[in-house]
Amino acid sequence: MKNTKNPLTQNKKIIDAEGIIHAIFLILGLITVGCVLLITVYLVISGLPAISKIGLKNFLFGKVWASTSRNPSYGILPFILTSVYGTGGAILIGVPIGFFTAVYLAKLAPKKLKSAVESAVSLLAGIPSVVYGLVGMLVLVPAIRKIFNIPDGASLLAAIIVLAVMILPSIIKVSLTALEAVPKEYEDASLALGATDIETYFKVSVPAAKSGIAAAVVLGVGRAIGEAMAVMMVSGNAPNMPSIFESVRFLTTAVASEMSYSAGLQREALFSIALVLFLFIMLINAALNFLLKRDKEK
Amino acid sequence: MLSNQISKKRKIYIGMLKTLMGISVVLTCALVVFLLVFVFFKGIPNITLKLLTTAPSYLTEKIGILPDILNTLYIVIATIVIVLPLGVGAAVYLTEYAPNKKIVEIIEYAAETLSGIPSVIYGLVGMLFFCQFLNMKTSLLAGSLTLVIMNLPTIMRTTQESLKTVPQSLREGAFGLGAGKWHVVRTVVLPGCIDGVITGCILSVGRILGESAALLFTAGFAHTLNGIIAGLNNAGATLTVALYVYAKEQGEFGVAFAIAAILMLLTLLINLAATLTGKYFEKRRNI
Repeated sequence: MKNTKNPLTQNKKIIDAEGIIHAIFLILGLITVGCVLLITVYLVISGLPAISKIGLKNFLFGKVWASTSRNPSYGILPFILTSVYGTGGAILIGVPIGFFTAVYLAKLAPKKLKSAVESAVSLLAGIPSVVYGLVGMLVLVPAIRKIFNIPDGASLLAAIIVLAVMILPSIIKVSLTALEAVPKEYEDASLALGATDIETYFKVSVPAAKSGIAAAVVLGVGRAIGEAMAVMMVSGNAPNMPSIFESVRFLTTAVASEMSYSAGLQREALFSIALVLFLFIMLINAALNFLLKRDKEK
Repeated sequence: MLSNQISKKRKIYIGMLKTLMGISVVLTCALVVFLLVFVFFKGIPNITLKLLTTAPSYLTEKIGILPDILNTLYIVIATIVIVLPLGVGAAVYLTEYAPNKKIVEIIEYAAETLSGIPSVIYGLVGMLFFCQFLNMKTSLLAGSLTLVIMNLPTIMRTTQESLKTVPQSLREGAFGLGAGKWHVVRTVVLPGCIDGVITGCILSVGRILGESAALLFTAGFAHTLNGIIAGLNNAGATLTVALYVYAKEQGEFGVAFAIAAILMLLTLLINLAATLTGKYFEKRRNI
């Protein structure tokens, strides 16, 4: 009843309240932006000092990492190359398996089988990385040691296999979504021209879904390059230049393995490694965003 | 029907693709079955009541994982309680309040960036910001705040998706009856996004349970038995971190596999819960 007496002030109050609520939601909306800025600023501020002390060229292209020796040397080329080779290897194994599985699930699988395999794939995605690491440590590492007859199975190869398994679910899921979005008319036209179903799926549907499949690969690259714990458990962690049977250290594991006892320049150098890793991830994100956007516009 | 008319070359091509697909699908399924069977086979015999209900003691050299179970629970509760209002609020802002497309794009890009950042980097920044700058020391609270940032995009995305399914006519009807914006959000929009919020929570809980790298430097690896308040203020290992420490640093593979089996079981439950809630809400929406 009050507002009949004085509608103006009442209205003003409502507008004020709405304004405050709007402001609160604006702040909540901007939190993500704030977090991204916070992470970027912290990494840049804490990562730059060591790079300027060591020298950009020595840091990025130095081949020796000996952070705890009397004459410390901080070259992270072994880590960068290990991350690149490890990711490349995982993609080489994981993408074909994921791709063919996705095509089968999207186009050929009977409905029941499809939903069963799909839930198996989501389970694979949900398994914690330390569990992969544990199984890798006790199954893969001894197996590699026996099969290739080397003193220690903890190697780049073990890490590549574990990473390939870990990126499989993302590749299958994203490619599957892309393949399912291909218009049925494309396939019908190809079938009507006399192509068999398999030929149609691989020569018409797959090219039509190529942006989505490329996005799946890029997403896999991002996952593989950022994985730390599982890799730490199977790769041996010695800062060697990468070689398939050598014990190696990735960018992620370089940060994680020395963080707990580092100090001084060594600690700063770890932050710089994280900064390098972050730049890699930002590049991958930009590529992913580009691919997904292109897909949407089409 | 066409198979006897097509050339031999095409037959070989088709056969090859079929074989490759077969191999891939079998390999994927075999992998899942192997992981499940292996972890359960190795882990379940090691799960004893004593392991689950005691704290580890250096005096008796017995290992118990009760503190780790509780720490995991505390961290899940704290993270969800904090991330829920933030994520839902951000989603409401994006769908209801945002004045133009530009701002939506910026926020969505930020969220995508966040979901692509590796957990080691979260751990590092969490350590610098929460543990050192905000002086929280290595504690479960610092760990859960780090996880809040990690899970923000998940909650935001699922909420946003379900907000999009709230019919525009409902909002217009409410506005037409003279309701203010906040009133509409509170009574029409928010009740409509409950399914997205629940799905987001389930996904986040799964992610929190599996996270280890981000917690190693922010939450530490103590195995002390604490209540929730003391627990959040002190360092503590979650199940995943405990698994890592037992397997990698202490060589206690029996305990590690017991924890792995528990984690596997939880993952299965979470996947089941996600599927069931998805189906439930889909059915309800179609009525």
